[in-house]
Amino acid sequence: MNLRGEYRKMTTTKRLWIGIGVLALLSPLGIIIPKWFGAEGAWGEWGISEIEKVAGFIPEGLKRIAGIWKAPLPDYGLPAGSKGLAIESIVYMLSAVIGIALVAGIMYIITKLLARKNGAK
Amino acid sequence: MHIPDGYLGPATYVTMYAVTIPFWAIAARKLNKTLQSKQAPFLALGAAFSFVIMMFNIPIVGGTTGHATGATLVAILLGPWAALISVSVALVIQALLFGDGGVTAIGANCFNMAVVGVFAGYGVYRLISANSGQKDKRRLFAAAVAGYVSLNTSALVAAIEFGIQPVLEKSATGQPLYSPFPLSIAIPAMAAEHLLLFGLVEALVTALVIKYIQKNNPEMLR
Repeated sequence: MNLRGEYRKMTTTKRLWIGIGVLALLSPLGIIIPKWFGAEGAWGEWGISEIEKVAGFIPEGLKRIAGIWKAPLPDYGLPAGSKGLAIESIVYMLSAVIGIALVAGIMYIITKLLARKNGAK
Repeated sequence: MHIPDGYLGPATYVTMYAVTIPFWAIAARKLNKTLQSKQAPFLALGAAFSFVIMMFNIPIVGGTTGHATGATLVAILLGPWAALISVSVALVIQALLFGDGGVTAIGANCFNMAVVGVFAGYGVYRLISANSGQKDKRRLFAAAVAGYVSLNTSALVAAIEFGIQPVLEKSATGQPLYSPFPLSIAIPAMAAEHLLLFGLVEALVTALVIKYIQKNNPEMLR
């Protein structure tokens, strides 16, 4: 690949990363807009209290397994629960940044490991 | 579409791990042969995109929410095997760190979105864009249709996993132990919202980014 090609490719990667950054900044729209439209969560992703409303009962096995894992930032928010939409939005955005960094970092390492034999310095 | 813990019984979630792990292994073997070290930033970018686009919940007025997955876009740009791993990494972090999708359901969720979503999207894209130039408008159409088909196929498979629970796992009194809704409810509910809205969003996102790439770096489109 020639130098010009390399250069153009590099700037596109940079530009795409800026795009990811913009998405992270805008990510709170992912909770704000559903609130405006009075939309609840996704179909089939109800919590224990909601499933009772939707189905009329709490399935036994569901109740047993539902709490098996305590995520540190549940639903991209604080474990303590809602502190108002402004704080929630900021935490949501921070979760986006943390998640992007982790996912990108892990994928970067996986690629390096998988490609380690394949020359092309 | 991130199935939480508790909605799938052990019979299903163990099976879905057993089905998905070989796909991860095949992907790793394929990539081990073809991947270049310098591609690492692109794969990182793809995984990050899939992660963050899934945070954009789109509402149906007074109803549920859904989101795009980016699976098709990542598959078009990185190839299906790299996309399979990228989307899986995003889903695993979403489950472990953010409780978005259950830990027991990682196998199922990765199958639905990273295996089915990626291959459905990639297949449709290749089919429609066959023999078209990198700047051909047909590629945009291919990307949009592929995104739409991909998300809807993922949703259908998730709905089937939900819907078979009441048949597979019942208490002594016949009450469902896990997801309580049969196929006759799960499939129409999931299909309608994805056919009418979320699939269109996936189509739009996929086509818009491909349009941008086509304009600026058409050589990235194989």
